[in-house]
Amino acid sequence: MESLQNVLAGFAVVLEPTNLLYCLVGVVIGMLIGVLPGLGPAATIAILLPLTYGVEPVTAIIMLAGIFYGAQYGGTITSVLLRLPGEASSVVTVLDGHALARQGRAGTALGVAAVGSFVGGTVAIIGLTFLAPLVAGFALDFGPPEYTALALLGILLVSTIASGARVKALIAAAIGLLLATIGRDAFTGAERFTFDNLSMADGIDFVPVAMGLFGLGEILYNLEERHRAVHAPGKIANVWPSRKDLKESSGAVTRGSVLGFFLGILPGGGATIASMAAYAAEKKRAKDPSRFGKGAIEGVAGPETANNAAATSSFIPLLTLGIPANATMALMFGALLIQGITPGPQLVTEHPELFWGVVNSMYIGNVLLLIMSIPLVGVFVRILRVRAAILAPVTALITMIGAYTINNSVFDVLLVVVFGAVGYLMKKFGFEPGPLVLAFVLGSLLESSLRRSLLMFDGSAAGFFTRPISATLLVVFVVVAVLPLVRSVRERRAAQNPAQDRSAQDRSAQDRSAQNREEESV
Amino acid sequence: MRTTEPVEPEPTEPEPTGSEPVEALADDAPPAAGPVANLAACLVTAGVGGAGAVAAVGLGLGTPAQPGAGLWPLAVSVAVVVLSLTQAVVGRRGGDGEKFSRYSWLSLAGLATLLGLVALLPVIGFEIPALLLSLVWMKFLGGESWRSAVLYSVLVVGALYAVFVGALGTNVPHLF
Repeated sequence: MESLQNVLAGFAVVLEPTNLLYCLVGVVIGMLIGVLPGLGPAATIAILLPLTYGVEPVTAIIMLAGIFYGAQYGGTITSVLLRLPGEASSVVTVLDGHALARQGRAGTALGVAAVGSFVGGTVAIIGLTFLAPLVAGFALDFGPPEYTALALLGILLVSTIASGARVKALIAAAIGLLLATIGRDAFTGAERFTFDNLSMADGIDFVPVAMGLFGLGEILYNLEERHRAVHAPGKIANVWPSRKDLKESSGAVTRGSVLGFFLGILPGGGATIASMAAYAAEKKRAKDPSRFGKGAIEGVAGPETANNAAATSSFIPLLTLGIPANATMALMFGALLIQGITPGPQLVTEHPELFWGVVNSMYIGNVLLLIMSIPLVGVFVRILRVRAAILAPVTALITMIGAYTINNSVFDVLLVVVFGAVGYLMKKFGFEPGPLVLAFVLGSLLESSLRRSLLMFDGSAAGFFTRPISATLLVVFVVVAVLPLVRSVRERRAAQNPAQDRSAQDRSAQDRSAQNREEESV
Repeated sequence: MRTTEPVEPEPTEPEPTGSEPVEALADDAPPAAGPVANLAACLVTAGVGGAGAVAAVGLGLGTPAQPGAGLWPLAVSVAVVVLSLTQAVVGRRGGDGEKFSRYSWLSLAGLATLLGLVALLPVIGFEIPALLLSLVWMKFLGGESWRSAVLYSVLVVGALYAVFVGALGTNVPHLF
């Protein structure tokens, strides 16, 4: 009964004019950056972090969340019309979405994608409403050993499931943990890695790191990539999907909602993997898989539904355990910390207005997005006419001035530029910035939980295995760490023995090409 | 919005016409960075880990039951070194990352202008450095015409002034 009251109170929070306005601003920005290839939601959220200092916590998170799920809607538009995924999570939509567009059915593809996104998003919010308090209740008993294991597992999963070179992602994560140790040690008071620099004594702020690695790094990278010119499309007609289209895609939407919801909860999961998995699932269960890639409506409906469901459900681990499931959630974590709120199991009970306000804002945001992506789609397509050469200095300058306003410090701006250069180089050398930022955010939690646990267990690491939850999590950790090794050894053996089943080799080749495509998307 | 056609300094890429659009996208992708880049990157990260380990030992390790300030940084630094050496072996054939191209100079030039902005910001405020940065990015890095570069740069700096100084009232250093 009490929780129902909280849910209703959450709606009252959302319906405050300021919050409604920020929700609208968030989803419009999300839609815009989704449409524009280049800056992704993580970069945008990083750049806008300084803006959230001045507003209420709930308002800030409502806006940032809107950017995140709004981008999932917007990313579809360029995939379908231009064969250019605006977001990594819309890469598979290109296959059938653009094929439909070439048949003159772009409107159908966009309409079905919008409806699917709406359904997927809404199903996931309902799931979030019921599941999150349960998970949080379960996690209330977690102590330092559980948090140590959970943080370790989260960092490992995000690093290994992310596309690209696994070991490089792990290196990035470890360097993130190392960066997190800079500053005064909370236990002994010793200054670590500060080089006697006063600005470093309190450690490196999360915001300049995120703004640099995600924001400026991406802007610098795009300067180089911009010669891949974008041509604005013509008019789009008939965005309303017909009853027949909706009927054909209803199965895919249902499956995409469920698949996306569950993949979003997993650490390292999220919108991109959900959309790929949904596409694979639809193709596998189709009577005539050869239609896929040539304009099958399920190939648009499934992934577009799943990526929205996953974007929404990936809030669950953050809001209930305080463990971000992906890089964007790491930014949300940082944004909450800035506001003096530590996400964790106590969030639902200690800040119900924040928790339910954010969750319920997603209902409103999804309705706003549905309105924007069907009748107003033409307006957003026009954004593509704004040239990247003009947008780039605008985003760069907003980043720089925004960085200054955090602490009125030039040192912060310099940090952003330094991390921007690092982010650019990481991209060029094949290191993902996501695991670094995530590990950086979780670094102090991980270290303090580990040291508290060691104090509890009197220095014996075996103590972790005396508690069922931390033991289970650590076993999963070991399995996730070792499994790829076993697999690669087995593959190598199969490759050395050519008499072995050919189909296995074909399959691994397919996997590899799928992985290449995935890498391409990020 | 569109006043003049943008000057296209770079040759346009041919439109791929493959039936699998994503594969066509992949064809367009820049070449991988290669084995030398992999080795160099691993040496750099291993160096970071090594330096971290040395500094961590200097902080005092303590015992597992009473961890000192350096124990955790040492563990993480060792992990960085081990992973870097692993990657040096695993990735010896290259395969990920991207080669630097002649367009990479654009990013370097962009970085230089950003550092210039940081240096000038506390001295003469943000307006003039921002205007210069915007002009350079639009005209030289983006290939806009002089006319649109000047017009949009003035508009952008004006808008930033209105937002950060006027509306938000932030303390960003400004001349006017």
